[in-house]
Amino acid sequence: MSIIRVDGIVTKFGSRVIHDGVSLSVKESEIFAILGESGSGKSVLLKEIIMLLKPFAGKIDVLGYDLESISFTQAQELRSKWGVLFQFGALYSSMTIAQNIEVQLKEYTKISKKMRRKLVESKLAMVGLEPFVGALYPSELSGGMIKRAALARALAMDPKLLFLDEPTSGLDPVGARHFDELIVELRDMLGITVVMITHDLDSIFSIVDSMAILADKRVVASGTIDDVLASTHPFVEEFFKNDYTKEKYVDRLSDV
Amino acid sequence: MSTHHYISTISNIDTFTISLSGDWVVMSLDSIERELKSLHIPLNRDIVIDVSSVKEFDTAGILLFIDKFASLLDTDRAKVIGYSLKQEDMYQLLIKSPFEDIKHPKENIFSDIGKYMVSLFNDIIAFLAFLGELAFTILHTIIHPKSFRIKEVVYHIRHSGFDALLIIAMTSFLVGMVIAYQGAVELSKFGADIYIVDTVAISIVRELGPMITAIVIAGRSGSAYTAEIGAMKITEEISAMRTMGFDPFAFLVLPRVIALMISLPLLIFFSDIVGIWGGMIASTMELHLSATQFIDRLYEVLELKHYILGMIKGPVFAFVIASIGCFRGLMVSDNTESIGLQTTSSVVNSIFLVIAFDALFSVIYTELGL
Repeated sequence: MSIIRVDGIVTKFGSRVIHDGVSLSVKESEIFAILGESGSGKSVLLKEIIMLLKPFAGKIDVLGYDLESISFTQAQELRSKWGVLFQFGALYSSMTIAQNIEVQLKEYTKISKKMRRKLVESKLAMVGLEPFVGALYPSELSGGMIKRAALARALAMDPKLLFLDEPTSGLDPVGARHFDELIVELRDMLGITVVMITHDLDSIFSIVDSMAILADKRVVASGTIDDVLASTHPFVEEFFKNDYTKEKYVDRLSDV
Repeated sequence: MSTHHYISTISNIDTFTISLSGDWVVMSLDSIERELKSLHIPLNRDIVIDVSSVKEFDTAGILLFIDKFASLLDTDRAKVIGYSLKQEDMYQLLIKSPFEDIKHPKENIFSDIGKYMVSLFNDIIAFLAFLGELAFTILHTIIHPKSFRIKEVVYHIRHSGFDALLIIAMTSFLVGMVIAYQGAVELSKFGADIYIVDTVAISIVRELGPMITAIVIAGRSGSAYTAEIGAMKITEEISAMRTMGFDPFAFLVLPRVIALMISLPLLIFFSDIVGIWGGMIASTMELHLSATQFIDRLYEVLELKHYILGMIKGPVFAFVIASIGCFRGLMVSDNTESIGLQTTSSVVNSIFLVIAFDALFSVIYTELGL
């Protein structure tokens, strides 16, 4: 069953065409990656899926809601079912980490203060942050901690769907692998569907189930890593079949 | 034979040798260029370029070399001798790269005017869209009063209202004094000293109080709104809010607008009092009017209508300042420079509109005979 279905998206900024018929679909409980060179419109596509931008033409379906004809109330409903991790965290700088994680619970539920605190603590633990971090402000955290805190906030409402914009960019290699493990753990444990933009080859080869490659304003290859490797599109050739990747992921590429 | 610092030439009957020497690097490029200008390469003779005594070189030096000699080297009457492997590598790398002139759009006064008009037009359209969304939010809040952010409103009343009391007191006091001093000189000539009360009270309550308060608040709180919201835009906090279903209009814009619409009339009231007090002090000093006389006269001349006419402007000015401040904040794009530009626009726009609306009020009041 498709959780997200994107069909024939056209995006224009003025006369510059970003997408010209982008289509993809994301299945339940999979880790789905959107790839492409910089400027190929990955972030724009993500923004269209999470209703921050409107495409010029085309249809987007998320969790059964058609984004074109969605009403205000339905849109609010949908927004409470997903979590978004922005590239630089986008934590509310005027609030502590605990308040950041708590904000949706406070706004949308009538959960008691005590229970809310418990939930916040559990989310912090889930992403591997010490409880004291909850009392700090975003400006007092390191880059890696900000990503984790932002992930905790994205998970606050126990979403069915998690969007991650370059989750491992700016993290050290060890931290990045921990983050990957964390995402897989969450998916296995909670059955979340994860959609992420990434350039990280390690993530792509280790945790991603399925992906779509954006190039030339459309999806030029999609499916599992093997499906994608079968493509001969120049971007795929350059990105996956260079000397570096061949050497590093030789076991996966041997049959290509 | 001529000798220079970087270039020397030896002229024979059938060959012409150019010897390059010194540092062919970016820092000496201007001197080399100057020397190259005076280099005249004879036609119909074989050219030998000897680069063996070049000490240091970098891409700038090689590019200059290419610029001067590459076309010559394409013909078979010229050759280079004494180059190192490194120099050849760099030469090959640089000669391969395709050079195309970067095309900067031509700018002149007409294109500037055109750009300005287009951006002005776009701003107006965007502001109308902003007002539409704000109207929708107000309507939604009326239907669902629970969604009203009372806590934020109180917070902003404190920060953009209460915290401005001191600066408003100082400006109003000084303006009151200035009006009284200026008036006193003229009025005393006619022995009409007591009319100073009329001058001060009516001008402050009807015009100057609301205007000064609005201008101070536009500079102080309107700009703060732009900077706050603009910074949130850059850190993607606004996007994060949207994805969480926290409508920025309900959470950021409406509370600021309402807070200012509540606090600005109160500040005007405060400004009126302090302004008249300032006028009273100046009158007692300059015209030796007693405070009792001043206040007695105040009772007689300051009708309630003057006060109300001044007060009505409060919420209108507040709406203008707060909505422009928030609008400019939301217009901030993803670069830090635009926060500064938008904050400037925010203050300029709102001060101009405050004055324009004040003029409009004057016309309406006059037409209505008030």
